[in-house]
Amino acid sequence: MTDTSDLTPRQQRRQLVGTTEAGMHSLPSVPPGANSDQDGMAGEARGQLATVARRFVHNPQAVFGLGVFAAMAIAAILTGLFWTYSVTAITNTLNAPPSLSHPFGTNSIGGDMLAQVMRGTLQDIEIALLVAVMATVLGTLVGAIAGFYGGRVDSAMMRLVDLILVIPTLVVLIVLANIVAKQANNWFWLAIIIGALSWTYIARLVRADFLSLRERDFVEASRALGATDRRLITRHLLPNALGPIIVNATITVALSITLESTLSFLGLGIQPPNVSLGLLIDQGQDSATTEWWLFVFPVVFLIMLILSIFFIGDGLREALDPKKNRVRA
Amino acid sequence: MEPPALTVDNLVVDFGSGESAVHAVRGISFALAPREVLGIVGESGSGKSVTALAAMGLLPKSAEVSGSISYEGRQVLGLKEKAWATIRGVGIAMIFQDPMTSLNPVYTVGWQIVEAIRAHQNISKGEAMAKAVALLETVGIPNAAERVGNYPHEFSGGMRQRVVIAIAMANDPKVILADEPTTALDVTVQAQVLSALRTALDETQASLLLITHDLGVIAGLADRVLVMYAGRPVEVGTVEQIFYQPAMPYTHGLLGSLPRLDSQGGERLRQIPGSPPSLAGSGGGCPFAPRCPLKADICETEEPQLRPVAAGVVGQRPTVGDEAQPPSPTTTDVEHLAACHFADAVVDLPIASMFPDTSADHEGVAP
Repeated sequence: MTDTSDLTPRQQRRQLVGTTEAGMHSLPSVPPGANSDQDGMAGEARGQLATVARRFVHNPQAVFGLGVFAAMAIAAILTGLFWTYSVTAITNTLNAPPSLSHPFGTNSIGGDMLAQVMRGTLQDIEIALLVAVMATVLGTLVGAIAGFYGGRVDSAMMRLVDLILVIPTLVVLIVLANIVAKQANNWFWLAIIIGALSWTYIARLVRADFLSLRERDFVEASRALGATDRRLITRHLLPNALGPIIVNATITVALSITLESTLSFLGLGIQPPNVSLGLLIDQGQDSATTEWWLFVFPVVFLIMLILSIFFIGDGLREALDPKKNRVRA
Repeated sequence: MEPPALTVDNLVVDFGSGESAVHAVRGISFALAPREVLGIVGESGSGKSVTALAAMGLLPKSAEVSGSISYEGRQVLGLKEKAWATIRGVGIAMIFQDPMTSLNPVYTVGWQIVEAIRAHQNISKGEAMAKAVALLETVGIPNAAERVGNYPHEFSGGMRQRVVIAIAMANDPKVILADEPTTALDVTVQAQVLSALRTALDETQASLLLITHDLGVIAGLADRVLVMYAGRPVEVGTVEQIFYQPAMPYTHGLLGSLPRLDSQGGERLRQIPGSPPSLAGSGGGCPFAPRCPLKADICETEEPQLRPVAAGVVGQRPTVGDEAQPPSPTTTDVEHLAACHFADAVVDLPIASMFPDTSADHEGVAP
């Protein structure tokens, strides 16, 4: 078949068919601009990262969360650098209620509570971020590979996850924390241990998401365009699973703070003179009704910390979801 | 004659093995010439999509494939994933059935077209984006320059399918496989998508393997038609041959079940009684025999092979209704093949007349 003999009968037939099928093959003309959006929310071919940032900024709750979180972090750092009393300083005023010289009061040995709470906040932020990053990266990696490849890879990885899940976390933490508890910079190891035990939830979540996502047509369509497995996982499946991953990362943050408090309560967590909010709460709970400032300030800071992280996570999830595209400027 | 772009030779695809094996495709052969449009029709489960997926190397690992598929003379069946990646998208591109799910919901359409372009071409993002806009304009997306920044959910079904077509033609493939490209769309949108598809073919000079169960789509786009039934081709021919001289009772039945705009009214559509056979069994005989009104003893025992149909002179046969002048005698370089023991007799029957005019009006209440 040559070019002409190939094309001519087709064109002939098109005319023939076109007449018998009521002009089915004519393309209705659409005036340009008829489909332009009315709410002006889309259309600019800008970077997707910029779009996500813009959507995040337009979410009041997320901005509030980010603001509170940043304010707490900055305040904690500044207090550590410039406040009159250091964490380890001991004054002559014992069990004093909040006053101008000690805004958060002092504890039973004369330590300044503002310095302690701020140091605890900073410590918790450090631990929580390290745990969250570690658990999320590890969990996502394992879950993504297990969910994407399925079969034996999946079975092997999920049995490992099951194994870690059935081990009572607290027992492992107590044993391991006991080893690292005596070391000077033990918060780092504490965070590593908590992170190593809390990635399993994210792994299961990501695996479940990948199992359903990999059956979607766009995965096959991308494969049909020559995409490799690695590209499919990192560029196509992962962005679709980001919502649940981020939500779970924020929950991991809260969980890690709780776990750290538990360990501190058992004397295996953060060791004095270093402090964490969990340690302060545990120390202050006995006197919550009498010397309330020992208890209330760390609790308020802990709640603010966790809530602000939740708000940030929620805002991120919404900003990353293209279907939540309504920007109310 | 140029060498074919895609050749499929005696392709067999089984799922599972032993007693429970499902024979999805039981031997299909065809050659897709450059710039040719070959339509594959058949009902659900006849092996159409499996054939396309095999040509794309996308069958699940559980599938057992034999036979040969060669793209531009190169055997592609059994290629490693890495080697496939150099053919998919550039040599052979695919358009999937459901545009609602075949685009990634978290990326803008521009991103997805750019990704397709840059996967195979070494050009900058800016150039690729400019090309993406041009592609969207080609397939008839109004305001393409603005729409590239939109996400798939901001498009209608027909627009999304046009985006999918734009992605398929992004790297000027030699072969496009379209797996029911209009099935998920409503009829008015179908016409626009077909028009976009035709533009894509003209632009890329690609061959098209058009898989559908919509004979109207075939009539509008295809050069040749391959009718599949129970995993095998039962009739191959040009559109004229298939539509005006069907030589297989099944094809007759398909044509008879179509509503016609030129009918006088009052006629009922004729249906093919029964349902397609299970693909698990492998009984001898013609797979269509249980539903065939012309069934004879030989049909039960011997499965007919594809063989040339005696060329009748078009126009001598009675046609249904007052059909306009049928086309001139068909080109001789395309063979008309049919798998029926009585193909030469069937070819002379009026279309669909062999199937009873069943309808609710005629059926009595079962005693």
